[in-house]
Amino acid sequence: MTVTEAPPTSPAPARPPVHRTSVRRRLVPYWLLLPGVLWLVVFFVLPLVYQASTSVQTGSLEQGFEVTWHFATYWDALTEYYPQFLRSLLYAGTATALCLLLGYPLAYLIAFKAGRWRNLLLVLVIAPFFTSFLIRTLAWKTILADGGPVVEVLNTVGVLDVTSWLGMTAGDRVLATPLAVVTGLTYNFLPFMILPLYTSLERIDPRLHEAAGDLYAKPSTTFRKVTFPLSMPGVVSGTLLTFIPASGDYVNAQLLGSTDTRMIGNVIQSQFLRVLDYPTAAALSFILMAVVLITVTVYIRRAGTEDLV
Amino acid sequence: MQWLRRNLVVIAGLLTLAYLILPNIIVMVFSFNKPAGRFNYAWREFSTDAWRDPCGVADLCGSLTLSLQIALWATIGATVLGAMIAFALVRYRFRVRGTINSLIFLPMAMPEVVMAASLLTLFLNLGAELGFWTILIAHTMFCLSFVVVAVKARVMSMDPRLEEAARDLYAGPVQTFLRVTLPIAAPGIAAGAMLAFALSFDDFIITNFNSGNTVTFPMFVWGSAQRGTPVQINVIGTAMFALAVLIVAGGQIVTNRRRKRALPQ
Repeated sequence: MTVTEAPPTSPAPARPPVHRTSVRRRLVPYWLLLPGVLWLVVFFVLPLVYQASTSVQTGSLEQGFEVTWHFATYWDALTEYYPQFLRSLLYAGTATALCLLLGYPLAYLIAFKAGRWRNLLLVLVIAPFFTSFLIRTLAWKTILADGGPVVEVLNTVGVLDVTSWLGMTAGDRVLATPLAVVTGLTYNFLPFMILPLYTSLERIDPRLHEAAGDLYAKPSTTFRKVTFPLSMPGVVSGTLLTFIPASGDYVNAQLLGSTDTRMIGNVIQSQFLRVLDYPTAAALSFILMAVVLITVTVYIRRAGTEDLV
Repeated sequence: MQWLRRNLVVIAGLLTLAYLILPNIIVMVFSFNKPAGRFNYAWREFSTDAWRDPCGVADLCGSLTLSLQIALWATIGATVLGAMIAFALVRYRFRVRGTINSLIFLPMAMPEVVMAASLLTLFLNLGAELGFWTILIAHTMFCLSFVVVAVKARVMSMDPRLEEAARDLYAGPVQTFLRVTLPIAAPGIAAGAMLAFALSFDDFIITNFNSGNTVTFPMFVWGSAQRGTPVQINVIGTAMFALAVLIVAGGQIVTNRRRKRALPQ
């Protein structure tokens, strides 16, 4: 089926051999691609087209919507919901930074220091996925409960004073504050940061560390000049895998937050499913897509690596 | 102090691990709770009631069965379509390659809510009835890209000389594919299929938009967060966790044994 006719002159080519045989043979890749690509075109690309058209429609649910090229919807949506947009970027950005900060030591530990515990630790990183993420997110309601041990400790140590001053918490509560939402986001996307970090750390030749030590580099210098730069591909894909889903998430804001912590995902969800204002919802969704794609593109350019997958 | 500094990475790493595992422990512990009200957030007393009657809550086990069904079909669909694309991308040169690659990459680089919302506008415009079929279509769509990536990685690392050898030994195209190519690609296909199953089974956002009144297991949990969380949710979460850990551990033992048996040669 997928077997190819190798040209007799070139031995074991790394690239797939060229087809010179019949037209039928040459059509094979297209037949292989057709069903899957068709599926993606109809159920991924076409919906975006429909959404684009919906975003410039006007009308009402009773009388039906009509395309009137009403681009003002975009402007209205932005002016009304820019706080939720900024909040989404802020929360997603903070969660991504926290994921990097928390995930890096664990990825480093698994890659270089775990020895025979490596596989066990890797399983423990993936293990949370085996329980539905909604159930695990609800567990944070118990962990962060008012007057619970976690909140008590944070309060006594004075962490809550700092976070209150930053506007992340209110009084001696953690639940229903931005801190709770960011905690949930960080928790939910942490494995997506750890795994790519681990993959790129694991590829580093340990002799490079020895070489740096032989050349009188302190451990901190070795990390700064050797380890961290070499782990950049992992950092880039980890941050993307965290930031992109976090920016559109509404589960954490809904379950752990309050009306003051609504993110843009919450707005899109309620506009689509409850308010049924389709044009505004479609416009918001497009703006989110544009913001994320632009941020990601700029970030990849800056970070200077093109290979993601 | 010296000790603390030397082991800083280990301590920080283990703390992160604790942060990752803590909710699972809470879910497990609270599956033995007997809550006072409708919500299972505060500890009251030990009880095995929920474990003895896991389907005791209306619609819970129905939603679980539905989720398993959808995940199974979506996995089959996404794996077949995705593996075909992966083979075509690795094994053939053709003109629209770049476009196809971006088409595969984009669904993974987009916030889920955008895909969910745009799919809903499609279904609304076509007048499709939301339910089992729309969920299945959506899940197959977003699982497809992940299967392509997993299978592609495996097929790319495959030595093309193996297929040439098969042909030199007079195997026909179909025979070569079935006896050589497919067995070598199988681990990649299996990995892709497992990923697709996990993604579909646990998907919430896309399902939330495109399910209508159909309730999958994540939808049931979401609804219960408003109406009251039954302990049975924790029981099912814990059971799934235990089952998966058993499968992983079993797989590990089998691989170890195989490796040991292979060693003497």
